Amino acid sequence: MRNLRFLLQKEFRQIFRDKIILAMMLGVPIIQLIIIPWAMNLNIKNINLSVVDNDHSTYSQQLITEIGSSGYFRIISADQSYRQALEHIENGSSDLIMELPDGFERNLIKEGRQTIGISVDAINGSRASIGRAYLGSVINDFNANLKINQVNLADTLTKTQGFIEITYSNWFNPHAEYKYFFVPGVLVLLLTMIGGFMTALNIVREKEVGTIEQINVTPIKKWEFILGKLIPFWIIGMILFSIGLCVIWGVYGITSTGSLPLLYVVAGIYMIALLGFGLLISTYCDNQIQAMFVAFFFILIFILMSGLFTSVQSMPPWAQYISEFTPVEHFIKIVRMIVLKGSGFYDVLTELGYISIFAIVLNGWAIWNYKKTS
Amino acid sequence: MEEKVIVCKELTKRFGDFYAVDKISFDVSKGEIFGFLGANGAGKTTAMRILCGLSYPSSGDALVAGFSVRNQQESIKKNIGYMSQRFSLYENLSILENIEFFGGVYGVSRKEIKDRSYKLVGELGLQKEAKKMVGSLPLGWKQKLAFSVSIFHHPKIVFLDEPTGGVDPVTRRQFWDMIYDASASGITIFVTTHYMDEAEYCNRISVMVDGKMEALDTPGNLKTKYGSDSMEDVFYKLARAAKRTGD
Amino acid sequence: MKQLLVFVKKEFKQVFRDPRTLLIMFGLPIAQIVLFGFALTSEVKNIDILISDHSKDVVTTEIVSKIKATNYFIVHEKTMGDQEIEKTFKGGKIQCILIFPDGFNNELIHQGKSEVQIIADGTDPNTAKTMINYLTTILNEYQLQKFPSSALRYQIRTEPRMLFNEEDNGSMNYIPGVMALILMLVCTALTSVSIVKEKELGTMEILLVSPFRPVMVLVAKAVPYFILSLVNFTIILLLSVFLLHIDVRGSLLLLYAESALFILTCLSLGLLISNSTNAQQTALLISMMGMMLPTIIFTGFIFPLENMPWILRTVSNIVPSKWYFIIVKAVMLKGLGFRFVWKETLILIFMTVVLLSVALKKFKIRLQ
Repeated sequence: MRNLRFLLQKEFRQIFRDKIILAMMLGVPIIQLIIIPWAMNLNIKNINLSVVDNDHSTYSQQLITEIGSSGYFRIISADQSYRQALEHIENGSSDLIMELPDGFERNLIKEGRQTIGISVDAINGSRASIGRAYLGSVINDFNANLKINQVNLADTLTKTQGFIEITYSNWFNPHAEYKYFFVPGVLVLLLTMIGGFMTALNIVREKEVGTIEQINVTPIKKWEFILGKLIPFWIIGMILFSIGLCVIWGVYGITSTGSLPLLYVVAGIYMIALLGFGLLISTYCDNQIQAMFVAFFFILIFILMSGLFTSVQSMPPWAQYISEFTPVEHFIKIVRMIVLKGSGFYDVLTELGYISIFAIVLNGWAIWNYKKTS
Repeated sequence: MEEKVIVCKELTKRFGDFYAVDKISFDVSKGEIFGFLGANGAGKTTAMRILCGLSYPSSGDALVAGFSVRNQQESIKKNIGYMSQRFSLYENLSILENIEFFGGVYGVSRKEIKDRSYKLVGELGLQKEAKKMVGSLPLGWKQKLAFSVSIFHHPKIVFLDEPTGGVDPVTRRQFWDMIYDASASGITIFVTTHYMDEAEYCNRISVMVDGKMEALDTPGNLKTKYGSDSMEDVFYKLARAAKRTGD
Repeated sequence: MKQLLVFVKKEFKQVFRDPRTLLIMFGLPIAQIVLFGFALTSEVKNIDILISDHSKDVVTTEIVSKIKATNYFIVHEKTMGDQEIEKTFKGGKIQCILIFPDGFNNELIHQGKSEVQIIADGTDPNTAKTMINYLTTILNEYQLQKFPSSALRYQIRTEPRMLFNEEDNGSMNYIPGVMALILMLVCTALTSVSIVKEKELGTMEILLVSPFRPVMVLVAKAVPYFILSLVNFTIILLLSVFLLHIDVRGSLLLLYAESALFILTCLSLGLLISNSTNAQQTALLISMMGMMLPTIIFTGFIFPLENMPWILRTVSNIVPSKWYFIIVKAVMLKGLGFRFVWKETLILIFMTVVLLSVALKKFKIRLQ
């Protein structure tokens, strides 16, 4: 216990002495938290559309006007040929080509059916599919409002049968604001980066400089040394978390719907798990470069595969499996549940259990692997 | 019979089929200054690390301050000081903070640390620098400080691994004065060095060649035995036979 | 020139001496590309939907089996009251609830219409929107099929054509993005420690007293990483083609040339960081921790750049990987030629020149 006090005193002195590190730990994450979420918006609007009208009829003009005024599309060009329109797709200025064939109006009235060609730049899958869906719904509206349909509407209505009316509502986030979803994600991510990187780097640095050997010949016990490293970073992590909560309240107006103490308990356990992770990396690496790259490897997996910005459930089963093995996946789930939905202790119990297991296993493994005598 | 503080019996460290330390046996008495010589790669540092409890022996045993290096490393660590080849105080802590930390983890009370660290800083002539970061000190001062820190808690034995590498002759002289003082106060000194003039200061010296201990005696006896008038020459005669090359 | 060669050789030897570091530096990024290439997709699937069917008649049963037949939903069935909805969402698993009221079919036939209610967990707006779209489409199709008379007599239909990506491969956008991201972070981080490491070890001074010109020191530092990064790129490319089945449609030569340019840009950035810092730890913190999130965001492969506020859109212009991402998409996926990417190429060249000259200037200042 006495040794631990001396260790803590030393760690805090060193941390507060290095202004660059301190800035990297508290300043940079907060600045990122203030700026980055503004860039996170998956709301797809202003889809760029190129139109090739081979018909030049009243209906074709009407359809184009309708699409232009729908609010979803920006008609960037009216081209003479498909070839010409394709250029716009190729140089990236257009997302979608709509090609109205010659005889569009005539066929529509005569046959009651007319097919038009839509070509999408399908590399960006979500933009492509949403663009298609929007265009589809504008065309459906257009169909319903066609004068020739209106004429028949009266008698259709009287004998209508089998009309399924759909009502829908979005709970917890009725205006579909992306910031509610992503801001907690960014906070969790920054916490993860600090926890994961900083502990790993800190200990490996002692290895590289050689001071760890000096520690190893002292009677300091293994658990004392490890606690001496974990506690300061745990405290810094919790401070960062608290500042982060203030920032997301001040900047984005997001406050926790659920219990704040519960949120802190979860964050506290998560930090322990994460610090154990950093510690584990440091016991396997010889130098800072190795530690940084290994940490980088895992953190990028955390970012891209644990549901912070991308959807876990849509990944193939093996990838979902990997995601289950990242503590972040469970933590971000809980944070979103508590902050956005107000879930209570029993709702998050399972996930909290997972995080606790991570905390025990990662730290246990790290302590086991840290050897004072080789 | 003098008290033996290190008793080493057929101590061996093997890495694969490479014998870094090959069955070395020797004793060191209390208060003795024991010189541990050998060319680079002869196995000095490996042997020393085992004695300090930093590394497990492959076979053989040694008792340091009465505790076995096989399974009582933690008890050994309470009774020794260690100063490694690489400078190992914290560069971004001040002199006083380093003394406080290392004194603290060796169980010296806060009050005693406070009283003695000022005295120590005074003895070293570092009053003005007491609050400066250790990283900003010249090498010679760092080494003297590191030594003082390693014996601050009055260990039974202090292990010094090439403590004077890169230090100027005047400072080296002062360093050895400190070693003599420590030895006079009853601390056993176990020191490795490449400087043959320093070897002459030791009570006894051992010379390691290819992991084996080829010679062990007082400097005077060794010189007589090998018919040389300097330790330099003794060392050359012994180390020349080495098959391993240095690092 | 001969001196330079000796120097480059030394750098290579140092890089190859430590196989563990080498493996970590090059093995891990490659593993990441494969992992992300297979895992990430823009398609939303496997949504946990709870169907609360109070009617349990022919029609609702048919609709439920239609929903089950798609691979978009994982269907859970449980009839429950409104008061349970909130509790269900708070439990976290269910993302969407579909409610058929009592007597659904009955009303459909006798009143001519019936109401179905979709309640979505809106915390993730993207998924919420997509699942409502999916359900609407399924319900509309069912309606048309079951009651053809409800269809309009005159209709325009669409015939979609997926350009550049016929199979509608959802990871198509992510692969060049991840490529740009990883190349950028790894190249920059590697070079960012190169010079600062020599500073820390004190070997920098030895180099400086040698007859090398300072420029040569920089060049020699960059060459091994440049070559290794190109090797890295080649492996990534081979994996994309053979493992992820993404074909290179455009000129391979052009792709290589552009990638070499991009690697140069990143190396210059790394050198600049290395010359501006005094400790490996600081250099690494800046090049990895500081740059990681901005690079992910501003490359534009997860969040569309055109959605960002103008100020952030402007900021994104200084992120080299953004331009490389555009180039790779054009050359590799769309099969376009140089005339479509000359602008981006010029920007990268400009960035490289600026970064390198600032790095060199900083380096010289240090000498005095």
